[in-house]
Amino acid sequence: METILGIAVDGVAYGTILFIISVGLSVMLGLMRVVNLAHGAFAMMAGYLASYGMQSLGLPYGLALLAAILLTVIVTLPLERLLYRRIYGGNNELQQVLLTIGLTFVIIAIANYSFGPTVKRIPLPDLLSGSVSLGSKTIPLHRAFVIGLGAATILGLWLLLERTNFGVRLRAAVDNPAMAEALGIRTERLYTAVFALSTGLAALGGVLGAELLPLDPYYAIRYIVLFLAVVAVGGAGSILGSVVAALALGILDTAGRYLVPNFGEFFFSAALILILFRWPNGFFHRRAA
Amino acid sequence: MRGDLMRLPAFLENHRARWGSVLGEPAVLPLMIGAGILGYFLFPEDLGLLTRILTMALYILSLDLVLGYAGIATLGHAALFGAGAYAAGIMAVHIVQDPLLLLLIGTLAGGLVALITGALILHAHGLTLLMLTIAVAQLLQSLANKWRELTGGSDGLSGIDPSPVLGLFRFDLYGRTSYLFALVVLIVAYAIARRIVRSPFGLACRGVKEDPLRIAALGGNPRRYLVVMYTVGGAFAGLAGALTTVTTGIVGLDSLGFTLSAEAVVMLVLGGTGRLYGAIIGTVAFMTIHHILAATDPFHWMLFIGLFLIGIVLFAPGGITAVSEKLAQRLARRGT
Repeated sequence: METILGIAVDGVAYGTILFIISVGLSVMLGLMRVVNLAHGAFAMMAGYLASYGMQSLGLPYGLALLAAILLTVIVTLPLERLLYRRIYGGNNELQQVLLTIGLTFVIIAIANYSFGPTVKRIPLPDLLSGSVSLGSKTIPLHRAFVIGLGAATILGLWLLLERTNFGVRLRAAVDNPAMAEALGIRTERLYTAVFALSTGLAALGGVLGAELLPLDPYYAIRYIVLFLAVVAVGGAGSILGSVVAALALGILDTAGRYLVPNFGEFFFSAALILILFRWPNGFFHRRAA
Repeated sequence: MRGDLMRLPAFLENHRARWGSVLGEPAVLPLMIGAGILGYFLFPEDLGLLTRILTMALYILSLDLVLGYAGIATLGHAALFGAGAYAAGIMAVHIVQDPLLLLLIGTLAGGLVALITGALILHAHGLTLLMLTIAVAQLLQSLANKWRELTGGSDGLSGIDPSPVLGLFRFDLYGRTSYLFALVVLIVAYAIARRIVRSPFGLACRGVKEDPLRIAALGGNPRRYLVVMYTVGGAFAGLAGALTTVTTGIVGLDSLGFTLSAEAVVMLVLGGTGRLYGAIIGTVAFMTIHHILAATDPFHWMLFIGLFLIGIVLFAPGGITAVSEKLAQRLARRGT
C-alpha cells in the first residue's frame, strides 16, 4: 500500500513535469515539423537562471520562476528567427538533428562557463518544503504543488486552444498548413508564437522539475530522450496525447525504479519499444495533412 | 529480390548516370593506403589514437550505408557497434582468441542484431523511428549493465588478449600490429562497401531513399531493401566494434551509449552523407579536432563542435566533401 501510494504520487509528479516540458515540443513537432533536440537545453537554461536569481540575487521563488521563464523566451526568440526558420518542415530531419544538437552543445558549454559543472539547486520556499497529510499518509508539498500547477497548465492550454482565436488558427494550421495560409492565417507569426509558448513551457518545467531532474550542464542531453519519448508515444501535436503519454511514462519509470530497481531502465526501454511498435504514430495521432 | 530488380532497370540506369560522377572515385583506395602508411611512419608515438580513428572510420562507414545510402535516420547506431564489440569481447574472454575469428563473430553479431531490430522497427518513420533506434540502444546498454557475469557490468570487459594475427604477427605494446591490422581491415571493408553501394542492390536502396513510392510502383519492396541494407550496415558496425575490441583489449558500456550514436551522425554529416569517403574524411576531421580541443577542456570542445554544426547546417549542408567538390569544380572551370 505504502509503495503503491509512493509510486502514484512520485509517478504523477514526475509525469506532470514530463508533460509540462514535452507538450511544447509536441506542438512544435505537430505544427512546424521540427525535432527540436535543444528543447531540453531551454528547460535547463531556465533552471540555471532561476537558480542564479534565487541564490545570487536573493529573489523570492515566484519572482525567480517568472523572471527565468521570461528571460528564456526573450533569449531564444532570436534563435527562432535566425536558425529554426530554416529547418521547419519535415523533409530535412538530419539537418534538424544537427542544428539542434549543435545548439544544445553551445548552451551546455555556456552553462558550464557561466555557472560551473556542479549541480545547481533551486531552494524551495518554506511554503513548499513541508508536507501535507492525506488521510493516513503524508505527501511532500512540492509534489502536490507540481501536480497542481500541471493541472493548471493543462486547463490553460485547453482554454487557449479551444476558446481563443489563437487556438482556432493554431488548430487550423496544424491540420492543414497550406489551407490555413490560403485563408489568410499568418503562419509565420503563428510559428513564432508557438515557439515562444513551447520555450516558455519548457522553462516552466525546467524550474519546477529541478528537484526531480537535477540541474547540471549535461541535463540538456540526459533528459532529451525522455522528452522525445513522451512526444513519440503521445503523438505529435496532441495535447491530450502528451498528458496521457507523460503520465504513463512517468508512472512506468517510477514503478520500474521502485519495484525492480536493478532493471528500471531496461524495463522502461522495453516498454517504450512495445508501445511504439503497437502505436507507431503515438496514442493520439493528429492526422497531418 | 532478383525478380524485383528485373523491373527496375530504367530507374536504376537513370540513377547510375546521375551518381556516376560521385561513385567514380578511383583514387580513394590508393590515397587511403598511402595516408595510412604515411601515418605509421610520421606519428609512431600516436599509433593508439590513429588506430582509434581507423576503427571509428569503419563504424562511420557502416552508418553511411544505413543513413547515407538507405536514408534510415538513426540515433541508435551504437547498438550495432556495441553488439559486435561485446560479442567479440565475451568470446575472447571465454572461448577463442584468434583475431580474425573475433572479427567474424562481431560481424555476425552486428548483422544479427540489425536484422532482428530492423525487421521490428523499420515500419516506423520520422520521430518514431528515431525513438525506436534510441530505445533499442538503451535496451542493450541496460542489458549489458545488468548482466554482470557475462559483460562485467559497468566495469566492462578487460583482459582480452588476442592471439597473433594469422599466427604470425603478435600484438605488441607499441600498437604497431594493431594499427596495421586495423588499416588492412578498414581498407578491405571499404572496398567491399564500395562494391555493395555500386551494385544494383545499392542503387535500389538509393532509389528507396529518394522515392520509396516509385520503387514500390516499379515492383520493388522498399521495406525489404531497407531491412537488408540495415543488416549489411549492422554487420559493418559489428565488425567495427569487434575491431575496436581486438585493438584496444577492452569493452565498456560507452560502446552502446547515446553519445557514440549521436557523435557518429555528427561525424558522418561533417564529412558528407552518401559518399563512402565522406565518412572517412568526417571521422578524421572530427577525431583530430576532438583530440586537440578535448585536451584543454571538454566544454571548449562542445562549444566548438556546436558552433561548427550550426555553421555546417547554415552554410554547407553537404558537409566537407560537398564544399571541396564545389571548390574543385569552380577551380576546374576557371582553369579551362
